[in-house]
Amino acid sequence: MIVHAEALRREFVVGKRGARRRLAAVDGIDLRIEPGETVGFLGPNGAGKSTTIKMLTGILVPTAGRLSVCGLDPVSRRRELARRIGVVFGQRSALWWDLPLADSFDLLRTIHRVPRAVHRARLARCADVLGLAEFLATPVRQLSLGQRMRGEVTAALLHAPPLLVLDEPTVGLDLVSKERLRAFLHEVNTEDGVTVLLTTHDLPDVERLCRRVVVIDQGRVVADDELEVLRGRFAGPRELIVDLAAPAPQLDGATGLPGVTGSRVEADGMRRRYTFGPATSAASLVAEVARRAEIRDIAVHEPSIEDLVRTLYAGARPGG
Amino acid sequence: MAVYRRLLASRVRGQLAYPLSFGLDLLAQALGQTIELVVIVVLFGRVHTLGGFGADEVLLIFALAGIAFGLADLVVGQLDELPRWIRTGELDVLLLRPLPVLAQLVTADMQLRRLGRVLVGLLVLGVVLTRAPIAWSPVTVLLLISTPLVGAVIIGSIWVATCAVAFWVVEAREVANAFTYGSSLSTAYPVTVFAPWLRRLLTFVVPAAFVAYYPVLAILGRSDPLGRPDAMRYAAPLVAVASVAVAGLIWRAAVRRYQGAGS
Repeated sequence: MIVHAEALRREFVVGKRGARRRLAAVDGIDLRIEPGETVGFLGPNGAGKSTTIKMLTGILVPTAGRLSVCGLDPVSRRRELARRIGVVFGQRSALWWDLPLADSFDLLRTIHRVPRAVHRARLARCADVLGLAEFLATPVRQLSLGQRMRGEVTAALLHAPPLLVLDEPTVGLDLVSKERLRAFLHEVNTEDGVTVLLTTHDLPDVERLCRRVVVIDQGRVVADDELEVLRGRFAGPRELIVDLAAPAPQLDGATGLPGVTGSRVEADGMRRRYTFGPATSAASLVAEVARRAEIRDIAVHEPSIEDLVRTLYAGARPGG
Repeated sequence: MAVYRRLLASRVRGQLAYPLSFGLDLLAQALGQTIELVVIVVLFGRVHTLGGFGADEVLLIFALAGIAFGLADLVVGQLDELPRWIRTGELDVLLLRPLPVLAQLVTADMQLRRLGRVLVGLLVLGVVLTRAPIAWSPVTVLLLISTPLVGAVIIGSIWVATCAVAFWVVEAREVANAFTYGSSLSTAYPVTVFAPWLRRLLTFVVPAAFVAYYPVLAILGRSDPLGRPDAMRYAAPLVAVASVAVAGLIWRAAVRRYQGAGS
């Protein structure tokens, strides 16, 4: 296990003098991540995501619980851990503000004692895939947010850590930059086997990158499973939209169609919408419809991950 | 070491890029130290001894303490910025690197203008050495060289320990300043000028008296007028080691206390 947390807890003292109380930002989290996994860590603002990430990376000391990351205790062996993890905070920079990007990378090479030739190869690859070449000589403070984030991700990977932790890496990026970053992270995971743990509010990040999703709310884990499993269990039904060559009254009533829970007729009978449960495959349903009427076009709508997350957050609230 | 040298190099280059501005900064620092010198000279226009010491003897303490202060300021003066690192949460980034936090903070910047104070100290030392009643011997020479360095370690440790307060009370700059500028004043005069309680504090709690006062007693071949053992005149290196150890413990506790800014 590359991350192993048991009953992890972190309290903060809040309130003014005289009326102080302890608030648990993280209230007993269990988390096990195996090498090579891609885990999306989701939750509403204030759910305890960042606090958890900070404990995993050795920035914050847990109030209680057991924690091991890359086989190390993050607090007592912070410096060793720093050599084995790469961390990207969307809101903070690990680069040197007034140095050219290339100089920042070179300083990190010295800090992490990476041999020059190895460094050059790793940097060349990142520069190639992320398109860094054009701004390697630009001081970091003059980079656009998208350029800087590409630099941050590169900086986090130059010492080849087996675990990459990203806290809202795509926040504020335009669509093209987001997609480029996601594609690179996907490559890093599938080709180099880097374990990726990612917090984000941007659900397409999760859909694109993460096989597994851990949802936390109010400091507790409310769901932890493969994305597809969660989708099946919590998300609404899928929908099949069929455009017909001609109106087909024989389809009325949806009798005999497998797994269909509802149907609607649109466009003067030229279009039909079927909702069906997770147990049914879209292919078998299409085949059944095609047997009864001539189909011109089809579309399948998966339940959106936004719906899924909304359901999970709501379920975690008392009375929700 | 190579890491820190490289971290610093870019900073230092930046300062030297504007020689005129750098020169003025240096001058301003030197001027600050010169004003303190003038205070002592004016005082001796009125009195012949201060706490039992003549003008040249006091100036010897002043010069050695000034060099030590300047060197300490050059190295750990960046800790002034610690509250900002904490408030903005930028300290997180330092914790994610495989280097000690204190070493990273110290090498985050180095203001060469702080050498202005050292220069004035060296000048005064040069003049005083020709006039003060020094008991010349190899030991004296060794003391003259080691005292500013050992003193800088003691002052630096005091600052690290007091700056660490920022981890508990973020805007504790005033507390830290009291010790920073207090240590400039308290090291530059013979401890005999202070009230008895303050002398004890400066000897046994905040060991400012070991920065220049006790070593200078040995350099002058004098015994402590307060009757403390002669061995204390040579104790500065031991005091420095102890100061570093205590400051290190306080700093470690402080970093563990760090909670980080909200995200």
